[in-house]
Amino acid sequence: MPHYSARIYVTLRPSVLDPAGTAVQSGLAHMGYTNVGPIRIGKYIELTLEAENEAAASQQLDRMCDQLLANPVIENYRFELQTLATA
Amino acid sequence: MKFAVIVFPGANCDRDVAYVTRDILGQPTRMVWHEDSDLGDVDVVVVPGGFSYGDYLRCGAIARFSPAMQATVEHAKAGKPVLGICNGFQILTEVGLLPGALVRNRDMRFICDRVPLRVERTDLLWTANYSAGQVITLPIAHGEGCYYADEATLAELEANRQIVFRYSSPDGSVDEKANPNGSLGNIAGICNRAGNVLGLMPHPERAADAVLGGVDGLPLFEGLVRSLVAA
Repeated sequence: MPHYSARIYVTLRPSVLDPAGTAVQSGLAHMGYTNVGPIRIGKYIELTLEAENEAAASQQLDRMCDQLLANPVIENYRFELQTLATA
Repeated sequence: MKFAVIVFPGANCDRDVAYVTRDILGQPTRMVWHEDSDLGDVDVVVVPGGFSYGDYLRCGAIARFSPAMQATVEHAKAGKPVLGICNGFQILTEVGLLPGALVRNRDMRFICDRVPLRVERTDLLWTANYSAGQVITLPIAHGEGCYYADEATLAELEANRQIVFRYSSPDGSVDEKANPNGSLGNIAGICNRAGNVLGLMPHPERAADAVLGGVDGLPLFEGLVRSLVAA
């Protein structure tokens, strides 16, 4: 079965406040970067998986994201899939 | 009345709960390891506070998949009482027994304090020993206690009277000044529609023995036992 690598980006939904982003923005302002606008902090996850084909891998990733890697109540996600060269 | 307290790696309020149910109230209490899928013949399941699985990924995200939590979901679906305190509340939202989510506190601080709460309804087995509109003081200790839900969910919570405790001022007024963590609607605790599942960020188990400086949490446990005995 082919191997895939996935890069998963989990971001806060726009309606959810991000106090960590606000704190980082103020840190950058203290550095002198007063030109920086609102900051949103998310998560980046890398994983590899084995699947029948790309569609199956994508379907499994959707379930993983929906149930564990992201919380759909507060977060959105997207991922990029790449086929790994088989040995 | 038989109690089960779920013990996760990283839980730290499990024994505080057992001290109340077993030592103060004299009820049989068993500690259930998270890998155990058999809760036994218990009446009430308590999901305690702490930092289950190190709070990795999100608070409560990994705990929800433990065998003991799957059994807890079955227990709740059978209409039996489930109480989630602090991290336990976060786990109950992650597992879908309660709506919404708990996110990082508005002011970026971990809050360790005692705060006043208004009891919003007294017709639940959880609040039978409180009086309507009563203001109680309970400890809070959390970094991610800001209750969030989308507008439709919030409206539903209000319409179904699922908000059980709100952060308030000592005189009982609910406003932004009395909101320690930015929770929408000053929500400190909610129940499911049927009322058998309660989740709250404050710690009633840490306010059940006068030696700890407050006993406003004790009526929650006493009222629960009384309601279940009467049922």
